[in-house]
Amino acid sequence: MENFTPISSLIGGLLIGLSASILILFIGRIAGISGIIASLLQFKNTPKGHQTWRILFIAGLLISSQVYEMFAPLPASEISASTSMLIIAGLLVGFGTQMGSGCTSGHGVCGLSRLSLRSLIATLCFMFTGFVVCYLMLHVV
Amino acid sequence: MKNIITFGAGLIFGLGLIISGMTNPSKVIGFLDLAGKWDPSLAFVMLGAIVVAFFAFRRAEAKALTVFDEPIHLPAKTHISKELVIGSMLFGAGWALAGFCPGPAIVALGAGYQKAFIFVIAMLLGMAAHEYLYKK
Repeated sequence: MENFTPISSLIGGLLIGLSASILILFIGRIAGISGIIASLLQFKNTPKGHQTWRILFIAGLLISSQVYEMFAPLPASEISASTSMLIIAGLLVGFGTQMGSGCTSGHGVCGLSRLSLRSLIATLCFMFTGFVVCYLMLHVV
Repeated sequence: MKNIITFGAGLIFGLGLIISGMTNPSKVIGFLDLAGKWDPSLAFVMLGAIVVAFFAFRRAEAKALTVFDEPIHLPAKTHISKELVIGSMLFGAGWALAGFCPGPAIVALGAGYQKAFIFVIAMLLGMAAHEYLYKK
């Protein structure tokens, strides 16, 4: 438990909730990152002219590290996965989020916040395999 | 005005991911590692996010118009399909293998991590594969 950071994790969570709230109440859109990215790639028969908000939201995400660094040193992203593991993981995340219509943000934050049963099932499913695969990866293989 | 708000929302989302620890894959894996030195921090991320967003979505469900009187787009699907279950399970497996889900991967890409770039390219290919197999 030496890495336990309840306060900063809670504050970060509040900001994520604030962002999702702004997006739904001002723009009328769900802050589901995998869906936004897939729609940007024109994978969802997106009508033309509906992409501006997606580009701007992703731009905000992309630049957030630089903005953070203006105020404090950026916490490191320790990525221990090998290149081949990253490719397998990325393929699974990309394919899985499209098949399951969402990821941690769309189902885990927005869906659970609106008490969607679909999102609850999805969240339980990805948490379950997350725990199982992590166990296999770190304690069995 | 709306463009500034949307960009700001993306920025706040990214800052939230950084502050919460979600952009650090080793912390994510520490959360998923129940059998090891379990770090429950990331449960607090979800708690914080839901506590705030719950009220926003309650208003959105009650009045389907934005502050600018434009329609709010809420998902209409309610069916628990096998695609929902299998897709989410595949996503969870990939999430544990690298410690990245889509949002934090985009933030780490913006920070210049080469490994995040590799992950994001593979993720886009995974999305393209799904599109190719199921949508056409």
